[in-house]
Amino acid sequence: MSLLDVQGLTIRYGDETVVDGVNLFIDRGESVGLVGESGSGKSQSALAILGLLPRQAVASGSIEFDGQQILGASDSVLNALRARRIGIVFQDPMQALNPYLRIGAQLRQIPLTHKLRDKAEVDARVVEMLASVGLPDPQRQFRAYPHELSGGMRQRVMLASALIAEPDLLIADEPTTALDVTVQAQILDLLEDMRDNTALLLITHDLGIVAGHCEHTIVLDRGRLVEQGPTTSVFAAPSHAHTRALLAAAPRVDRGDVPEAVTGSTILSVGDAVVDYRDLQAVSKVSFSVKIGETVAVVGESGSGKSSLVRAMLGLVPMASGRVVYAGSTLEGPVEDRAQSQRRDLQLVFQDPVSALNPQMRVQTLVGEPLLVHEPQLSAAARAERVAAMLERVGLSRKFLRRFPHELSGGQAQRVAIARALILGPRVLVCDEAVAALDGSVRKQVLNVLRDVQADTGLSIIFISHDLAVVRSISHRVLVMYLGRLVEMADSETLFAAPKHPYTRALLDSVPVPDPVAMPKRAPLRGEVPSPVNPPSGCVFHPRCAKADARCGSKAPALRDVERTRVACHYPNA
Amino acid sequence: MLRYTLLRILGAIPTLLLVIALAFLMVHAAPGGPFDDERALPADVEANIAAAYHLDEPLPQQFLRYMSGLLQGDLGPSYRYRDYTVAELIGTAFPYSLKLGALAMALALLLGVTAGTVAALRQGTALDKVVMGFSMTGISIPVFVIAPVLVLFLAVKLQWLPAGWSGTTGMSRYLLPVITLALPQIAYIARLTRASMIDVLSRDFIRTAYAQGLGTVTVVRVHALKPAMLPVLSYMGPAIAAILTGSVVVEEIFGIPGLGQFFVRGALNRDYTLVLGIVVFYASLIVFLNLLVDILYGAIDPRVRYQ
Ligand SMILES: Nc1ncnc2c1ncn2[C@@H]1O[C@H](COP(=O)(O)OP(=O)(O)OP(=O)(O)O)[C@@H](O)[C@H]1O
Ligand code: SF4
Ligand SMILES: [Mg+2]
Repeated sequence: MSLLDVQGLTIRYGDETVVDGVNLFIDRGESVGLVGESGSGKSQSALAILGLLPRQAVASGSIEFDGQQILGASDSVLNALRARRIGIVFQDPMQALNPYLRIGAQLRQIPLTHKLRDKAEVDARVVEMLASVGLPDPQRQFRAYPHELSGGMRQRVMLASALIAEPDLLIADEPTTALDVTVQAQILDLLEDMRDNTALLLITHDLGIVAGHCEHTIVLDRGRLVEQGPTTSVFAAPSHAHTRALLAAAPRVDRGDVPEAVTGSTILSVGDAVVDYRDLQAVSKVSFSVKIGETVAVVGESGSGKSSLVRAMLGLVPMASGRVVYAGSTLEGPVEDRAQSQRRDLQLVFQDPVSALNPQMRVQTLVGEPLLVHEPQLSAAARAERVAAMLERVGLSRKFLRRFPHELSGGQAQRVAIARALILGPRVLVCDEAVAALDGSVRKQVLNVLRDVQADTGLSIIFISHDLAVVRSISHRVLVMYLGRLVEMADSETLFAAPKHPYTRALLDSVPVPDPVAMPKRAPLRGEVPSPVNPPSGCVFHPRCAKADARCGSKAPALRDVERTRVACHYPNA
Repeated sequence: MLRYTLLRILGAIPTLLLVIALAFLMVHAAPGGPFDDERALPADVEANIAAAYHLDEPLPQQFLRYMSGLLQGDLGPSYRYRDYTVAELIGTAFPYSLKLGALAMALALLLGVTAGTVAALRQGTALDKVVMGFSMTGISIPVFVIAPVLVLFLAVKLQWLPAGWSGTTGMSRYLLPVITLALPQIAYIARLTRASMIDVLSRDFIRTAYAQGLGTVTVVRVHALKPAMLPVLSYMGPAIAAILTGSVVVEEIFGIPGLGQFFVRGALNRDYTLVLGIVVFYASLIVFLNLLVDILYGAIDPRVRYQ
C-alpha cells in the first residue's frame, strides 16, 4: 500500500477548476517531484494533502494517507497528521514564519502539541534540531526573530520545523525559489541529508531540481496530470508534448550554444565606478564596457552590487566616484539633469512588470507615453502606428492595445514594459532581472524578442540575472561580481568553458542541471555572503574559498588578465 | 530595547512641556478671575490678593514660578478650597477616578478583545453579526444616554445594583459607572480586534501554524494574538483620553467624588489653579500612559525597535 494515495483529486473555486482529476502515489521513503508552470495547481494539490485549502475551495476525489481519508476529515484527525506524519516547507520563509515570535517559541509548539516532548525537554530538542539543519550558534538562533536571519537561514528553520516531529512524508513547495543558487544548493543537499526514510514530495518549476533530487517525476499542466514516471525515463523520453516543451524551454548551464563574442566599437563604458550607501560600499571600483550589439551579463549572489552598479550608471543612485562615457560624451549627475537624448538612449526594464506599469493606463497609452515626451511633434495617428508596430515587434497583437495591466499575464506585461523601453529606439537596454519572474516558455519568448531586436537594430543589452543558464543562452560577455567587486570578466565562451575564479566555478557548479544522468554535485560553497558593512580582509571571498591560504587573507588580489579572462584571484584556475 | 525605551522617554518630554504651557496660557486667557464675584472688591484689596497669588507679575514670570513649583510636586494653592493645596485635592479625589478608569479599561479590553476574536474566527456567521451589531450601537450612543438607561433597568427596575454613590459602600457601587464608561470602548475595541484578527489570520504564517497541527485556540493564543493586538494597542492612547473625559461626565451623573467632579466644580467656580492642576495632572498621565503604550508596542513588534 502506498503511503500517500491520491485519486481523482479535483479542486474548484466557483466554476473554475484549478486541479482536475489528479492521481498520484508516494511510497514510503520515495522522492517524487511535482513540476509545472505557475498556476498549474502544484501548491493547491499540496495544500489539499494537508487539508489546508481555503474555505471557498471545493475538493473532490480521494486523498488517503496511510489508509486514512483526508478529504472531509475532522480537524482533530488532520491536526494529528499535520507535522507529526506530514511536514511541509513553504516557499517564502519570510512570510511563512511568524515575524512577531522568536524562532524557539514557534518551533517548541510543535513537539508540545504532538506530545513528543514535555515542557522541560522541549527547548533542548528545538536547539538540537536547529543545530542539525546547520544553523551556526543554534542557542542564539533559538532566541532570534525571523527578520534577523538571512533567507537561507530562515529556510533552514522552516526545514527544522517540518522535520522536528519526524514525519513520514515531507512536502516541500518551491523550497528554494527565493534563494541564491549557492544557497539553493546547500538547502537541497540538506533536504537530502535530513530526510532519511521520510518520503519527499518536492514541488518546483525547475526541472534541474527534480532531475537531481527525485526518483519519480509528475508533470502538471493547467490542473491536469500530463505525465508521470521514473525521472530518468521522463527526461530521456518524455511522452507528452507539454513535458517536451518544458524541457525545451529549460536552458542548461553545462551545454548548448553560447553566443559568439562581438567585435566592434564600444558604445558605453564605465570606469572605476564606486557606489556608497550610508555605512557600506555597494560597488567598489568596477570598470567595464559594452560594444554595439553586445549583451553583457552581470551575475553574482544577492547583495553583490549588480543593481547598484547599473543604477549608478543610469544616474538613478549617486555615484561616489568613477565615470560613465556614452558614445564619446561623459554622463554625469542624476538622471533628471542629463540631456534628453542621453536619457532616451539608455533605457531600463525591471523585474516586476506589473508594479512598473501604471495600472490606470491602457497598453496603448503606456507604450506611447515616452513618445509624447520625446517626440511631441508626432501626430496622434503616427504615434498610434508606432505603438502598434512596437507591440508587434514584441509579439503582441493589436487586441492588446486597449487592455489594462491587470488584464495581462506576467509574460505579456513584461513584453509591454520592454516595448515601452524600446519605443524610442534606445541604444542600450538595461534588463534588471527582467525575466526572473517568468515561466520557462514565456521567458523563452521574451529572450527571443530581445535577440531579434538586437539582431535588427544593434541594440546593446546589459543583462542582470541570477540565472546562469539563461545568461549562457543570451549573453556575449559576462561580469561576475562578489561583494561589490568585479572578480571575473570574460566572453561567455571562455567563462562557461573555463571559469578562472573559484567563485565563478562555484556559481556554475551550483546550478541544477535538468538531466538526471548528470551526476548531482554537492553544494560547492559553504556559508553565505558576508555583510558588506564589514567585508573580510584580503580577498573578500577568502572565508568561503576552498583554495584560500594565508596570502588570500591578508592581500587583496588585483584584477589582471589571464589568457582571455580578466580575473581577481591569486590562484586562478589555469 | 533599552535604547528604544530611552528614545521614547526623551521624545515625551517636549510634548509634556508644550501641553503644560498651552494649558497655562488657556487658563490665563479665560475671561474673569477667581476673585471677581458679583460684588466688586475695593481696588486695594484686589491688589493685595493679586500680589499674594502673584497675579500681578508678568505672564512669563508666573509661568516660570509655576513650573518650578511643578518640579517639586507643588501645584499651588486652591483659590476656593482655601485650606487645601491643589496637590492635596488631587490626592484625595484621584483614587476614585483611578479605580473607575482602570476597571473600565480592563473590562473594555477583556470583553472587547474576546468578542472581536470570536467574531473574527466565526466571520460571516450569525454570531459575528450579533457582535458587530452590538458594537455599532455601543459606539454610537453617548455616555450620558447610556447611564440613565442602565440605571433605569439594572438599578431601578431590576434592583440588582445600587443606583447612586452615597449611602452605599464596597465595590458594587462601582459597577454601573464602570459599565457605562466601558461600553463604548468595548464596542470599539471589539471592532478593531475583529478587523485586525481577520487580517492576521489570513497571513501565511498562520497557515504554517495550522500545518503544524496546532489547534485553533493555540494558533490564536501563540501566533495571532500578539500581532492582532498591535492596532488595539495603538488605540490605547485615544482610549485612555476617552475614558478620562468620559469619567468627568460619569462622576457627575453618579455622584462619585473623583477628579472629574472637582474639575467641573473648579471650572464653575473659576478656581483656576485647581483646573490648571487637574489639566496638567491628566496631561502628564496621558503622556505617560502613551509612552507605556509605545514601549509595549516595541516589545510586541521586534521590527519597530530598529526603525
Ligand atoms: N483562493 C483562491 N481562489 C481562486 N483561485 C485560486 C485560489 N488559490 C489559487 N487559485 C488558482 O488555482 C490555480 C492553481 O494555483 P497553484 O497555487 O496551485 O499554482 P502553482 O502550480 O503552485 O503555481 P506557482 O508555481 O505560481 O506557485 C491558479 O490558477 C490560481 O489562480
Ligand atoms: S584570492 Fe585566494 S581566496 Fe580569493 S578567490 Fe583566489 S584563491 Fe580564493
Ligand atoms: Mg505554488
